[in-house]
Amino acid sequence: MIYQIKTEKLPQLLERLAAAQELCLPVEHKGQVDFASWTPKAKVRLDVCNTARSAKDFFFPQGERLVSFRMEGRQIQVEAPQMEENPFVIFGARPCDVRSFQLLDRVFLSDPVDRYYENRRRRATIVTAACLEPEETCFCGNFGIDPVRPQLGDVVIWTAGDTLYWESLTEKGEALTAQGGELLEALSEEPEALTQAQDGARAIHERLPFGHLNLQAISSRDWREVFEDPIWEKLSKSCLGCGSCTYVCPTCQCYDIRDFDTGHGVERYRCWDSCMYSSFTQMAHGNPRTTQKERFRQRFMHKLVYFPQNEEGLFSCVGCGRCLNKCPVSTHMVKVIQELGGKQDV
Amino acid sequence: MCNCNTNTLIPVVGQVTDIRVDTPDVKTFRVVSPQGGVCFDHLPGQCAMVSIPGVGEAMFSITSSPTNREFMEFSIKKCGCLTDWLHQIEPGQQVTLRGPYGNFFPVEGELKGKNLLFIGGGIGIAPLRSVIRYAMDNRANYGRLDIVYGSRTAQDLVDLPEIQQEWVHCPDTQVYLTIDKPQPEWDGHVGFVPDYVKELKFNPDSVALVCGPPIMIKYTLAALLEMGFDKTQVYTTLELKMKCGVGKCGRCNIGSKYVCKDGPVFRCDELDELPDEY
Ligand code: SF4
Ligand code: SF4
Ligand code: FES
Repeated sequence: MIYQIKTEKLPQLLERLAAAQELCLPVEHKGQVDFASWTPKAKVRLDVCNTARSAKDFFFPQGERLVSFRMEGRQIQVEAPQMEENPFVIFGARPCDVRSFQLLDRVFLSDPVDRYYENRRRRATIVTAACLEPEETCFCGNFGIDPVRPQLGDVVIWTAGDTLYWESLTEKGEALTAQGGELLEALSEEPEALTQAQDGARAIHERLPFGHLNLQAISSRDWREVFEDPIWEKLSKSCLGCGSCTYVCPTCQCYDIRDFDTGHGVERYRCWDSCMYSSFTQMAHGNPRTTQKERFRQRFMHKLVYFPQNEEGLFSCVGCGRCLNKCPVSTHMVKVIQELGGKQDV
Repeated sequence: MCNCNTNTLIPVVGQVTDIRVDTPDVKTFRVVSPQGGVCFDHLPGQCAMVSIPGVGEAMFSITSSPTNREFMEFSIKKCGCLTDWLHQIEPGQQVTLRGPYGNFFPVEGELKGKNLLFIGGGIGIAPLRSVIRYAMDNRANYGRLDIVYGSRTAQDLVDLPEIQQEWVHCPDTQVYLTIDKPQPEWDGHVGFVPDYVKELKFNPDSVALVCGPPIMIKYTLAALLEMGFDKTQVYTTLELKMKCGVGKCGRCNIGSKYVCKDGPVFRCDELDELPDEY
């Protein structure tokens, strides 16, 4: 069922949802748009295509406590963390980011299940904002994502003109719709205005510069040949190993585990790490990836070859375009795909 | 509610009850659960994350055999922050453990009923000891046992008393020890492990299990292939840096495999399917 609400009434809806549970949505702060909790003063920016940071933080935060220890003499006491139970809503995540959750699920929800991730995933209701105005750097269509009519998340919303359209896809979505009450007006059929907006958006997506990469050209190659391809040497030359691409990437999932002595005990944290750093694989007796070439290759081999080998051909990239915007030397996913033989068909 | 029994990242406590000095830089730690017995079950070749909170956590082979229900043992070489610490502790110290992680030598599968040829170098005896003890405790299930073990010096041979007092007396078992350079008090073989293996001319009628430094593994594998062994008859273990132990942190990724989860045990023909990044 499709519902609608005039955008001028949206603040009322958001306020109502925020009263029922934590509501996180794209908010502008100091010129950058990122997900933040709704407050009456928040500068909500549902119009911005992609937040600077990806939405993976919700389930896999940059840093989190795993476990604590009390140390008394030679004795150790292990204290499991208290898991939170409160539900929350991610409002306005883009289809690429929502798809990234499914890819992260493959990692964190596979046996043995990551309990921290699972807990957050269970508590979240996801409202996906369809992309009617993509950016030049978007290339999600290559990964089987339909940005115009996404079947992703619990609710899908479209903003067209002065109206926001709302469609619930799941039980969680129904529950959220119910919270909207009379603010969400049920429609008997799909309105013409929405169909038109979608058709218009499809035409824009069709013309995106990186909309038609040939990923098949990579999947059909033998992994060894891709591994030995001279492009790694060539492209990695300019890579600074800064790790920005891995931090902004919604599907990058590497992490580190570290202990902090608080004086009263030890807190064990995990935090994001990057395969682009030389320390990542450094061992006491050496490093199997000696130069930036090997590290650079690892990041892309993992996303384009190894992950698909393990996960029924799924690439570990959703085409969000963040690494295109953030890499200081413009050595990003699209360049790699193109160099590996995936240049546009047309 | 957090169900801590199934949260693999939360460790259990283990009590160090005995520390054996094996070599100038290897000690073997005996660990029991505070309730007595082993902290968890394992299979030969599997590993555990051992930690002193605040100091560090790292993956080690469980060197005791699963047939031992009283305690677990870890032979640990001093080579960094955590291991330096472990080498300073005394019995009575608690550590944390999580695991068991990874795969194991197929003792009840492909190895059953076969002649076994163990080839170890230095601390590489650690992952092998668990299988060797397992085979000795289930002696009837395996054919001939040949054990080739070498180290830099006689002082660097781990588990030497156990080898000399127990292993050599096991029925239908041959132990071949070697050290890299001659030493006055050593009357055994002198030479590198791969060369010794060549000299001993083993029949390719057994399954070989090879553990040690990468360079030793490489030359030993070449020697075995020369003697007519097929890659499917040779097992080895890989060692990469690890953090999570469960195939999620990405650290030990090599090709489509995670050494912590899909390894550490690999059959040599499987290694051909992986990039040369180990
Ligand atoms: S690799 Fe780049 S485009 Fe692909 S998901 Fe990651 S940040 Fe987005
Ligand atoms: S590819 Fe770009 S963003 Fe990524 S580490 Fe290299 S320089 Fe940094
Ligand atoms: S140690 Fe984390 S993936 Fe293997």
